[in-house]
Amino acid sequence: MTNGKRIGGPCHLVLGEDVNTDEIIPGRYLVSIDPAELAPHAFEPLGKDVQAKLARSKVIAAGRNFGCGSAREQAASCLVGVGVRAVLAKSFARVFYRNAINTGLAVIESPAAVAAVSEGDEVYVDLAKGSVEVNGKKFDIPPYPAQLRQVLDAGGLIPYLRAEFQKRPADERV
Amino acid sequence: MSASEPETFAQKALRRASGATHKLEPGEIVDAVPDLYMSHTASWRCIKTLEQLPGAKLLHPDRVAMVMDHTSPAHTSKIASYHRLCRDFARKQGIKTFYDVNSGIAHLVLMENGHVRPGDFIIGTDSHSTIYGALGAFGTGVGFSEITAAWVTGTIWMRVPESIRISINGDLAPGVYPKDLMLRLIGDLTADGATYCSIEFDGSHIQQLPVSQRMTLCNLAMEMGAKNAVVTADEATRQYLAEAGVEAAYEGRLVADEGATYKQVIDLKCEEIEPQVSCPHSVDNVKPIGSVAGTPLDQVFIGSCANAKYDDLVEAARILKGRQVAKGVRLIVTPGSREILEKISLDGTLATLVQAGALITNPGCGACAGDGGVMADGERTLSTANRNFRGRMGSYDAEIFLASPATAAASAVAGAIADPRKLIA
Repeated sequence: MTNGKRIGGPCHLVLGEDVNTDEIIPGRYLVSIDPAELAPHAFEPLGKDVQAKLARSKVIAAGRNFGCGSAREQAASCLVGVGVRAVLAKSFARVFYRNAINTGLAVIESPAAVAAVSEGDEVYVDLAKGSVEVNGKKFDIPPYPAQLRQVLDAGGLIPYLRAEFQKRPADERV
Repeated sequence: MSASEPETFAQKALRRASGATHKLEPGEIVDAVPDLYMSHTASWRCIKTLEQLPGAKLLHPDRVAMVMDHTSPAHTSKIASYHRLCRDFARKQGIKTFYDVNSGIAHLVLMENGHVRPGDFIIGTDSHSTIYGALGAFGTGVGFSEITAAWVTGTIWMRVPESIRISINGDLAPGVYPKDLMLRLIGDLTADGATYCSIEFDGSHIQQLPVSQRMTLCNLAMEMGAKNAVVTADEATRQYLAEAGVEAAYEGRLVADEGATYKQVIDLKCEEIEPQVSCPHSVDNVKPIGSVAGTPLDQVFIGSCANAKYDDLVEAARILKGRQVAKGVRLIVTPGSREILEKISLDGTLATLVQAGALITNPGCGACAGDGGVMADGERTLSTANRNFRGRMGSYDAEIFLASPATAAASAVAGAIADPRKLIA
């Protein structure tokens, strides 16, 4: 949940281009939708070293087209399960981008910030102000559309909808 | 519905789906009303997600489509319990468009049975939902939470995409197929060459393609990052719809206007295309067959929503007729749907495949998604599917190559990657 505040922390994992969904969470684990159950298998195909770096990160960074491939929502939710708050990339595949927002994971498109980041850096994101900070150096990012910010701030699409439904009388909850 | 300025297919489709009264511009975000929410094996995830919305009700059970395709029939009791959850839910909620484990791959089953209509706006829990453009619909992939949300709200936000027009002209040489065209395009444009964009296919080659091969094009467009892909509905579409029992749906077709704005226009001449192979571990790592021919294989898989349609299997059988799969190589053939299996069983194609040494499995996604037909460490598969990511078919140390059904058949015979043109008389 972003709550409109600054989020982030250590970024120990900087990946390259075209990181795909099957590398993020292999199909064999899609029998679960629980982020905590998925978390130990995040990035399993990339090996134990990558997984260890992931476990210590609040933010991860990558090159172009992060999350390409499958529509599996678990590619985003497994990272939430690990404790990652934001993914910084040069660009994202579209379904991953949607899934991230819908599971409360901030996705930041900024080639300049990615170029500046190294493993071990501190990365913070301020979605309200539209900026990302790498080791104290600030980069502007395009602001999220208001609609998407609301979903992200609620912690994802389903928590957002639940809150919206609770505002309505029971007979109008359709 | 009319707008004075020219529009692309995507602009028209999202204008219709959102009820907008003005021309939509790329980048605009609209609330669109889907005509169909497809959830395949992910249906159980949508149902369990619905439990987190107490009191919420399905607005349009008639727009819900569920097909049990990825892990069918169940091979663990956990998966069997998910199938049962979907079955029970469909019955209780009055969901009529429910296809069980004997049906095949969701995309093909829904098109064959008249659930996909020109001009429809369709969301699906599968990235290859772009395939619905083969019938002139706007199909796009979303996560399971978004399907659940659409069940109870009836809408979904969509960003209006920019469009790319890909004009394909001329004739393909014998032994070269739309799959080769698409692999070549993916190799040229790369895995994110069309990200967030709508792709419109046209040109003389597209006009004479049957709907089944248009499916291959629209399906694989996703591997360039496309949001949707479409072939304008025409006489071939009308005939397909008639066979599916929904000929009248043709009237809903949408045609991009002359003078609409495209981000990019690409021209491709069929005569320049030869068989292509996508090499490990990304779909855009594409090479002409000559540079990888002879690579030894352990397994060949003919299946998936990209290339397990009736004509794909007939083409493979044409090469396998009177020949044998090489010793030590496993050839797995997974027909895309029950209807396709029935057709090949009636016209002799099935017998040809079995006589050649193929292992036939039940219709569905099968080995493409690692459900049966997985590989051991160090093994190599040539597949007709749409994805070759590391670990997709078993071991993280195995390799997947992608090619056409004809290349797959020729390679199964050779026991190594082989050019099908040499076996086509």
